[in-house]
Amino acid sequence: MIELSQVSKSFNVGKSNQFTAVEDISLTIEAGQLTIFKGPSGSGKTTLLSLIGCMSRPTSGRIGLRGIRTAFLPAEASQEGFDISSLPERFLTEIRRSTFGFIFQQFNLVRGISALENVMLPAYPTTEIHAAFQARARELLRLFGLSRHAASRVEWLSGGELQRVAIARALINDPAVIIADEPTAHLDSKLSREFMEIVATFKAQGKTVLIASHDPIAYDSHLADRVVEMRDGRIIPGGQQP
Amino acid sequence: MNFSLNRHRNIIDFSLSSLLRRKMKNFSLLAVYTLIVFVIASLLFFVHALKREAALLLADAPDMVVQRLMAGRHELIPDSYAGKIRTIPGVRTVTPRLWGYYYDPVFGANYTLIVPPTPTVEPGSILVGAEVSRNQRVRVGEMVAFRTSDHIPLLLTVKGIYPSASNLVAADLIVMASEDFQAMFNLPKAHATDLAVTVANPRELSTVAAKIVEAFPDARPILKSEMLRTYDSIFDWRGGMMVVILSAAVLSFVIFAWDKATGLSAEERREIGILKSIGWETADVLYLKFWEGIVISLSAFLLGGLLAYGHVFFFSASLFEHALKGWAVLYPKFKLVPTIDGYNLAVLFFLTVLPYTTATIVPAWLAATADPDAAMRS
Repeated sequence: MIELSQVSKSFNVGKSNQFTAVEDISLTIEAGQLTIFKGPSGSGKTTLLSLIGCMSRPTSGRIGLRGIRTAFLPAEASQEGFDISSLPERFLTEIRRSTFGFIFQQFNLVRGISALENVMLPAYPTTEIHAAFQARARELLRLFGLSRHAASRVEWLSGGELQRVAIARALINDPAVIIADEPTAHLDSKLSREFMEIVATFKAQGKTVLIASHDPIAYDSHLADRVVEMRDGRIIPGGQQP
Repeated sequence: MNFSLNRHRNIIDFSLSSLLRRKMKNFSLLAVYTLIVFVIASLLFFVHALKREAALLLADAPDMVVQRLMAGRHELIPDSYAGKIRTIPGVRTVTPRLWGYYYDPVFGANYTLIVPPTPTVEPGSILVGAEVSRNQRVRVGEMVAFRTSDHIPLLLTVKGIYPSASNLVAADLIVMASEDFQAMFNLPKAHATDLAVTVANPRELSTVAAKIVEAFPDARPILKSEMLRTYDSIFDWRGGMMVVILSAAVLSFVIFAWDKATGLSAEERREIGILKSIGWETADVLYLKFWEGIVISLSAFLLGGLLAYGHVFFFSASLFEHALKGWAVLYPKFKLVPTIDGYNLAVLFFLTVLPYTTATIVPAWLAATADPDAAMRS
């Protein structure tokens, strides 16, 4: 379970151009569910996902994880829950690496290296041996039908293939939570539906999935356990609960 | 321990993949870098090996050489000086020496003429260095025509030729009997070029030298340590001149490498942002850049060092020999004994590997401290 309590995030604090991207958000996200954040551009969806994903810290408020396994805490401590908003940077990095898997709007793959190496990227700075995570990366590429592109540079792949590489990369460390920011923004309808089918397999595996999207194929999907509607950095009361 | 090692091995693995992405850029950088290290290492190796050879040669030299000066110039020294110097306490031996230079206008070469302290050749015979034999086109048993200072021809028979292995000292050498030497230069009897002095206790050298000057105000004692220092200075000066000449090339490379190493492209900044967002720590990014820098600079250091070793010790520093060996018509062809100064090597390492690696890490560190959520917004 992910708990947000009165979370706000402001940028350029104390300067003339200060603005608040997320304001006073309190929310509980159940583990193993698909939660979709819906709203127009600038509504604060991406900022909220980056706060939950330990990429930045809230200006105020608290974010807690409960019952979600982490690499640096024993299982009992993870069950009891802990506050991630006050953790030192290296613990946040560890959580990002082991607990969350990220799928970015622009895919954010590293050009010039192969699809296989891109998938392995989050596992390089771990203590696992290279052969082990390479085998896992190959298996993920096989699952997504990309085995023949394993050695291909990512700039040679199509949009759909790029996204599947990005998804495989998000899964390499077997994260408990998948965070996807506008994952269908650069896909046609067919590929968007295929993406939602992949999300269904995540749910089936018991993973918690958080998606920010203003694409109806995503937020109108029957897979969504909860749709949280946002505008101007706040949650609109009465968000859809299918 | 092993787990930590795995992490480093993984990061090294990725840094190699990362370098291979920009093959042309990195290989051209490596090639120029290697060339610079090669040139500097060649100079260091060559100068050090020559200095070592000089030191070995001087190990057999007398403790002191006494010359006579007249009007500030080197003048022949009477043999009578030797008798008086022998009586100074602490002096072991005093040997009058005859040596000089002969310019052959026909072949345009300078030869070094020496009379050995103990007779080695009979009057009318000579021993010659390999380069003299080649220059004069003479073999053992053939005669060489010299011209005395009175312009009278002097015919001497070659009795032996020094092997090429001794070229460093014997390339331009002609060994002859004292009678022929005196006839050649019309020297007065009972005079020598200088006196070779050995002493029983090396600590007394300066005292003995002072006593010689006291007894003969026109005498000039030269200690072995002074000769060694002079050789060192000459070779250091030549090496230094080469560095000055090459400094423009070295500086150009430094500016090029500095620009390449310190400036992160927008693509590299983006990559660092991606790595941070997917769980790389700032330290991991720095390790990555550190290994990238080390691979380039250490490879250049090792390659350049090995090439310089081969160039100096197997090809007699053929690229720099005219600058480093000095001027001569008869260039001695010799192979130096391989020897490397650890201090020189360490200096070269610290001047090549460390600055480049540091210059690579600093901008990466600045980029890696950025918030990882920048990747979400790119």
